[in-house]
Amino acid sequence: MAAVKSLLTGNPAIAAEEPGTEAGLALRAFHYMTLMREVEDRIERKLYRQGKILGGVYVGRGQEAICIGAGLAVEPEDVLFPSHRDLGLYFIRGIHPRQVFAQYMGRVGGITRGKDGNMHMGDLSLHIVAIISAMAASVPVAAGAAMALRYKGSRNVALCFFGDGATSRGDWHEGLNLAAVQKAPVVYICNNNQYAYSTPLSKQMRCENVADRAPGYGIPGHIVDGNDVLAVNATVKRAIEHARAGLGPSLIECKSFRMTGHSAHDAASYVPEHLWAEWAQKDPILRLRSRILAEGWAEEQDLDRITGQIRSEVEEAVEWAENSPYPDPSEVLNNVYEQSIEGK
Amino acid sequence: MATTYLEAIREGIWEEMERDPNVFVIGEDIGIYGGAFKITAGMLDHFGEKRIVDTPISESAIVGAAIGAGMMGLRPVAEMQFADFITCGFDQIVNFAAKCRYRWGASVPIVVRAPSGGGIHGGPFHSQNPEAWFVHTPGLKVITPSTAYDAKGLVKSAIRDNDPVIFFEHKALYRRVKEELPQEDYTVPIGKARVFREGSDLSIITYGAMVYVAEEAATELEKEGISLEIVDLRTLLPIDEGTVLESVKKTSRVILLHEDTLTGGIGGEIAARIGEKAFEYLDAPVMRIAAPDTPVPYSPPLEEAFLPNPQKVLEKARQLLGY
Ligand SMILES: Cc1ncc(C[n+]2csc(CCOP(=O)(O)OP(=O)(O)O)c2C)c(N)n1
Ligand SMILES: [Mg+2]
Repeated sequence: MAAVKSLLTGNPAIAAEEPGTEAGLALRAFHYMTLMREVEDRIERKLYRQGKILGGVYVGRGQEAICIGAGLAVEPEDVLFPSHRDLGLYFIRGIHPRQVFAQYMGRVGGITRGKDGNMHMGDLSLHIVAIISAMAASVPVAAGAAMALRYKGSRNVALCFFGDGATSRGDWHEGLNLAAVQKAPVVYICNNNQYAYSTPLSKQMRCENVADRAPGYGIPGHIVDGNDVLAVNATVKRAIEHARAGLGPSLIECKSFRMTGHSAHDAASYVPEHLWAEWAQKDPILRLRSRILAEGWAEEQDLDRITGQIRSEVEEAVEWAENSPYPDPSEVLNNVYEQSIEGK
Repeated sequence: MATTYLEAIREGIWEEMERDPNVFVIGEDIGIYGGAFKITAGMLDHFGEKRIVDTPISESAIVGAAIGAGMMGLRPVAEMQFADFITCGFDQIVNFAAKCRYRWGASVPIVVRAPSGGGIHGGPFHSQNPEAWFVHTPGLKVITPSTAYDAKGLVKSAIRDNDPVIFFEHKALYRRVKEELPQEDYTVPIGKARVFREGSDLSIITYGAMVYVAEEAATELEKEGISLEIVDLRTLLPIDEGTVLESVKKTSRVILLHEDTLTGGIGGEIAARIGEKAFEYLDAPVMRIAAPDTPVPYSPPLEEAFLPNPQKVLEKARQLLGY
């Protein structure tokens, strides 16, 4: 957790809190959720529109509580399989916003050095596995990772994230079933944001809840308010304990809403107007803020200071990324294999 | 008014749906949204939910359901949101659809449309050209149009064809390529290449977006008095060997150009056929230009280095002309 501490030590409001208390958790969550929101707003609403990011942009606006609630429930060596809306997990593992901006802009300073873009990034030294685009492809991979952790006698578990739409893929069902049969120590976390691109939930599945699918595989299913970071955190913690105790996988459905288009190019005119307004009321960051103030965990000005600090950090990170060079064209040939087979 | 490549495909499907009540479309986000690239825009309103079937994210089920419906007498047009995701329906295509007729005589008259190709900053999973996997599958037909005229005429032929057809649409051409199209119904035959540009000194055999890369190189070489012939394959399976060999016999020098990666690409197959059937006509070795054997990278300078371009064609052409 060294990276986390270093991010937090600059922040008196958070540093003052005892780790392990609810107040401490809430303030850490506030920090990461605000960071994720600020970074993604910059990506989606500025850099993309300025033409500085080419290609796909998918953000987790309005869903920050899911990855951050879950990310703050794990130990540093638990293995994460983020989806394309889980940027916060990377920050919790110590990835710097600079690296994320550079990743989106295809620069050498990005996590994949320009080989891939947006949320397609991972780092095994941080125990984060990169997604491929095909929805739900990570689900069986996470089952295998979890089986391997147990095989090696580790107490660590895998956490695998996906959307509601991903649960329609065969890979999802095969992966869940295998994990269940094997009692693999893995927690499956669905961000049910009610849409898959333009497709509403009602066209995705006939069951009312994603969690309703869990009994079909003989594993526990939980439903949690995905806009309540503390509730997400508590539910994920329980599922992790279940997995660590050798009791097998769980499926957690976090109900939320995608407060943006599917990607930066999508105006999402297929979403009924009233839903935007309704869900804006439930914004997870605003909710956490009110809770923190109501509980007296921090003062208004402490939270504003956190936000202010993050904004300047974001400014600096964007500048850093823009100064990061593009990869040399010759790099196109690198790293297809461990050892180049060029000319063989 | 000129019709874009995208609009041509849309019109082709639309007209086939008007002509034959058994034609229907199935895929993700194709209804209200009109598809990720708007190929099915307006179709839901016009044809209704019975014929514009929006599905969950389930490529295997999309292809499988198309196969089943096809065997029951319908003519399904299945959309993959990106060609890259066709892998999720691979088994249904290469094992179910492709092998029915041979094994037990059943027709599987389906079209699987797949937007493919790079040059749109899509990165490793939104840029691939997976045609070679399917060219290696007997029982399928594989189509890769480069012009609006061919796109429309070929999508119609694909829908009318009684065998499973994989229809690769190059995303970079969707809005970039347009031309006037005939008012009346027309089709373009599957399995027929076309001489895209007549020439006498060197043949470039290519397809898809690479046709335009070859054309740029041809325009450049023309200034030096060199005459390049471009053969647009249009269909990769079955391959129109006759048109290829004719061009080779005429120019005696040949470059095979594709955006797909080099090893195991269609270029190798065509080179072998030229070697077998037109060896004595050649004045120089058969050359290939293709993407390197790597995934498609995201960062602009890497993708530029990855994709074949007119410069690479010019270099290779000059080398060949030196023989
Ligand atoms: C196998 C596959 N088919 C299609 C797509 C195109 N696609 C990208 S994201 C997406 C919607 C995903 O919805 P969901 O799983 O609910 O995740 P969300 O984006 O809502 O978080 C689709 C259809 C894909 N990535 N993979
Ligand atoms: Mg969703």
